[in-house]
Amino acid sequence: MTAKLTLRSLAQSFVVVALFAFSSAHAQDTIKVGVLHSLSGTMAISETTLKDTVLMLIEEQNRKGGLLGKKLQPVVVDPASNWPLFAEKAEQLLVKDKVAVVFGCWTSVSRKSVLPVFEKNNGLLFYPVQYEGEESSKNVFYTGAAPNQQAIPAVDYLMNDVGVKRWVLAGTDYVYPRTTNKILEAYLKSKGVKSEDIMINYTPFGHSDWQRIVADIKKFGSAGKKTGVVSTINGDANVPFYKELGNQKISAEDIPVVAFSVGEEELSGIDTKPLVGHLAAWNYFMSVDAPANKKFIGEWRRFIKNPKRVSNDPMEAHVIGFNMWVKAVEKAKTTDVSKVTDAMIGIEVPNLTGGTAKMLPNHHLTKPVLIGEVRADGQFDVVWQTEGLVPGDAWSDFLPGSKDIEADWVKLKCGNYNLKTQKCSGQNYE
Amino acid sequence: MVRHVALWMLIVALACQAAVAADNDVAFSDALAALTTTNFKAKEQAASALAALRHPDTRATLQALLDGQLYYRRDDKQVLIVKEEAPADDLVRISTNNQLRKTLKTLIAGFDLADSSAQVRLAAVNEMLRALDAQGAAALRAQQEKETDSRVRNSIRTGLAIVDLDSEDANTRLAAVEVLTVSLNPDAYNGLNALLAKREPDARVQAAAIDAVKRIESSRSFYGAIETLFFGLSLGSVLVLAAIGLAITFGVMGVINMAHGELIMLGAYTTYVMQLLMPNHIGASVLVSIPVAFVVAGCVGILIERGVVRFLYGRPLETLLATFGVSLVLQQIVRDVFTANNRPVETPAWMSGSLQFNEALSITYNRLYVVVFMLIVFSALLLVLKRTTLGLKVRAVAQNRAMARAMGVRTQWLDAMTFGLGSGIAGVAGVALSQLTNVGPNLGQSYIIDSFMVVVFGGVGNLWGTLIGGMSLGVVNQLLEPYAGAVLAKIFVLVALILFIQRRPRGLFPQKGRAAEG
Repeated sequence: MTAKLTLRSLAQSFVVVALFAFSSAHAQDTIKVGVLHSLSGTMAISETTLKDTVLMLIEEQNRKGGLLGKKLQPVVVDPASNWPLFAEKAEQLLVKDKVAVVFGCWTSVSRKSVLPVFEKNNGLLFYPVQYEGEESSKNVFYTGAAPNQQAIPAVDYLMNDVGVKRWVLAGTDYVYPRTTNKILEAYLKSKGVKSEDIMINYTPFGHSDWQRIVADIKKFGSAGKKTGVVSTINGDANVPFYKELGNQKISAEDIPVVAFSVGEEELSGIDTKPLVGHLAAWNYFMSVDAPANKKFIGEWRRFIKNPKRVSNDPMEAHVIGFNMWVKAVEKAKTTDVSKVTDAMIGIEVPNLTGGTAKMLPNHHLTKPVLIGEVRADGQFDVVWQTEGLVPGDAWSDFLPGSKDIEADWVKLKCGNYNLKTQKCSGQNYE
Repeated sequence: MVRHVALWMLIVALACQAAVAADNDVAFSDALAALTTTNFKAKEQAASALAALRHPDTRATLQALLDGQLYYRRDDKQVLIVKEEAPADDLVRISTNNQLRKTLKTLIAGFDLADSSAQVRLAAVNEMLRALDAQGAAALRAQQEKETDSRVRNSIRTGLAIVDLDSEDANTRLAAVEVLTVSLNPDAYNGLNALLAKREPDARVQAAAIDAVKRIESSRSFYGAIETLFFGLSLGSVLVLAAIGLAITFGVMGVINMAHGELIMLGAYTTYVMQLLMPNHIGASVLVSIPVAFVVAGCVGILIERGVVRFLYGRPLETLLATFGVSLVLQQIVRDVFTANNRPVETPAWMSGSLQFNEALSITYNRLYVVVFMLIVFSALLLVLKRTTLGLKVRAVAQNRAMARAMGVRTQWLDAMTFGLGSGIAGVAGVALSQLTNVGPNLGQSYIIDSFMVVVFGGVGNLWGTLIGGMSLGVVNQLLEPYAGAVLAKIFVLVALILFIQRRPRGLFPQKGRAAEG
C-alpha cells in the first residue's frame, strides 16, 4: 500500500515537473499579454465581454503566425470589481508574469487604482472605455473617447440640430458623471446658456425610484423651451429610469435623452420599446454598415458561439488598441515598453466603422463621433456624425483648472504640462 | 420575399393605376423618390410635400415611414411598404429621427382630423397642439366650425386660445385669456407668462392675465402636493411589500433572515420564467406569477427553515451568518442558471402609461397597481393571521411557545409553515418589484436593508406597524427629495431613523405583554 502510494506520488511529481519544464520552455517563444478585466462582481456584465474580445484578437494574431515569430499567450486575471484588487492583480501581471502589455480596466476608479503600479514598474496599459479625461500617463494609451469625443459633440448636436435650449444633466453619483457634468456645465455657459436653464441631478448607483426626478424633468421641460437630458446615469439604474420616462409619457420627440453609458450590450438585457428614439453618443455602433464592421461581427459571433451576440464601442476600442500595439511592436522589433511606447505615436489603424484611428502624442486617439437613436430591436440608427475625425483632448479646454494644460509625450515628454507656468507637474492621482 | 413584396403594394407602380389624377400621381412618385435621401431635413421636406399632395396613398405611406416599414430597393430606388420583420438584403429601410417622427405624427394628425371617430379626432388635435404653426391653426379653426364632439371642441378651443394670445386685437386676446384661466396646459401657462412679460398694452387683458396666472399657479401647487403624496405612498408601498414577509419571519418568529432579499429575487425571476413560458400572454403571465411565486419562494423558505434555521433557534448571531450564507448560495445559483446579466421582464400594456386626471396631475399605472396590490397582500395576510387556525397557532407560538406546545400545537411543523408563509409573501413582493426595477441576481441586496429598516421602525412583531412605518418612510423620503436630492434624502431618512430608534428602541408600535420580553 505504502509502496504503491509512493510510486503514485512519484509519478505525479514527475508529471508536474515535466509540465513545468514544458511550460517554461514554451514561455521562451511566447509573448505574454495581460488581461485585467473583472470577471465577477458588479462590473462583470460589461468587462467579461472585453476579456473575450482580447482573447479573440490574440487567437487571430496567433493564427496569422503570432508576433515577431513568437506566439501570443494570454494571462487572464480577475480583479473582481474590487478597486484595490485591481492594483494587486496589475502588480502580479507586471512583476510575476512579466507581461509585455495589459488590456484592462473599465471604471475610472479602477484605472486610477492601477496607474501608480504601471508607472512604477514601467508597464503598458490599454484602457478601452470612454472616460472623463484630465489625465495622460506615459504608460497608458486611452483608446476610448475623451469628453471632447463624446459629450461635447453630443451637446452640440442637441443644441444645433435639435434646438435644445434647456438642459438637464442627470448622472450617477461618482467621478465620471461629476467631472463630465462640470465640463458640460462650463461648456453650456460658454455658449450663453443661463444657470436657470440648467438642472443638475445626481442619484446613487442602482437607483430605482425615479418617479420624482422624472416628474421634475417633465416640469422643467414644460417651460416652453425645447429641453434635452444629458444622461451619465450608469448601468442598471437606466432601466427603471427609461421605464418611468415611458410611463410618464415623455417621448424622445419632446424631451430627448442622450446617454453616454448605454450601448448595445446594455440594451440587450432590457425591453427597449419605451426607449425608442432616445439617443446615445459613441464612436462605434454595431449597426454601422461597413465591411470591416460586418467582418468583425461575424468573427466575434463565431468566436463566442452565439449568433445573436452584440458588439459595442469599448470592444472596438480594444480592437484598435490591440492592432496598434501589434503594429508598434513590429515597428520597434521588440516588446520593450519604452521602445513600443515611442513607436506607438503616429501609428494608424482602420476603425471598424470607416476612417483611420491615429495615436496622438497625448496618448489619445482620433475618432469619429456618432449619434444614434435607439430602435425597437435594441440597435441604433445613426442620425448624425462628425464630418471628420475628432482628435482626443486629454485636458478639457472648458475647465478653468485644465485649460492651460497640455499633454505631449513627444515634444514636451509630459502628461500634465502647464503652458502658462511652463512647468510639468506630473500626474495627480486624486 | 419577392412574392411578399408583390403582395404588398408597389406604391410607385400605382402611378399607372389611377388615370384620373395622373399629374398628382407623378408628383406623388417624385416626392416618394425624395424620401430615399439620407438627409433627415430633406426627408422632412419630402414628407411635407407628400402630405400636401393629399394623394389617397399618402396617409398609409407616412404611417409606414413612422412605423419603420418603408423601404427602398437599392438598385432602382423603388419605395415599398414591407411589413415583414427581416426583409431581403437589397432593401434599405428609410430611417427616421425624432424630428422627422414628430413631423410625421403632425402630418398624419392632419389626415385624422376628418376621421369619423371622436377618439381619433381628439388624439389628432392633441398631436397637432404639440407643435402648432399657422397652417395647423387654420386647419383647427376650420375643424372647430364643424366639430360635434365637446371634448374635441374644448381641446381645439384651448389650443387656438394659446395661438390667439399673440393676436393684434385686444378683444381676441382678452377672450383667449378668459378661455385659458381654467386651463392647466403648460403651454397656456407659458403663453400667459410670455404675454405678461411683453408688457401687455391693454389694461383689461393685463388684469385678466395676472388673475389667470395666479389661479393656475394655485391649482398647480395643489395638484403638485397630491402628486408628492402619491409618490410617497407608492414608494412606501414598495417598502411595505418588501418588508411584510420579513415582518412575519423576523417580526413574529424572531429569525434574522438575511436571505429575505433573495426570496424576493426568486419571486422576480419566477415572473421572468412565467413570461418565457407564456410569451403571448404577457398580462396574464404576471397574474399567474403571483401564486406561482408564492409557492416557489414559500417552498424555498420551508427548505431554509428545515435545513438551516431550525437548528439555530435562539442563537441570533449564528442565524444571521447562516442565512447570509444561504443568500449568497441563492444568488450564485441564480447567476449560474440565468447568467449574471439582468433579465428583461416585460410590462403588460395595462400596467404601462399613466392615468391622466388633468394636465397637471397624472399617476402612473404601475405605481397605482403596486399600491393596490400592497393593500390586497396586507389584508390577506391580516386575515390569515387573525381569522384562520394557522394564524391562531402562529400567534400562540409567538406569544408563548411552551404553553402552545402543551396545548397540542405541533410547533416544529408550525415554524416551517410560518417561515414558508413569510417567504411566500416575499416571493409575491418580487413579482411586483419585477415591474419596477431590474431583475438580476443583486435585486435582493438592494431591498434587505430597507426591509429591516421598515420592520424595526414599525415595531417588531406588529403588522400594522410595518404598514404605517413603511408608508411614513416613503412619504418623508419623497417630501425631502425635491429639496435634498435623492442621495441626501436617503441619508437624512437613515439618520432620523437612527435617532428615533435611540429614543424608542422598540419602534413605533412596540409589542405589549409577555412576548415583548421574550
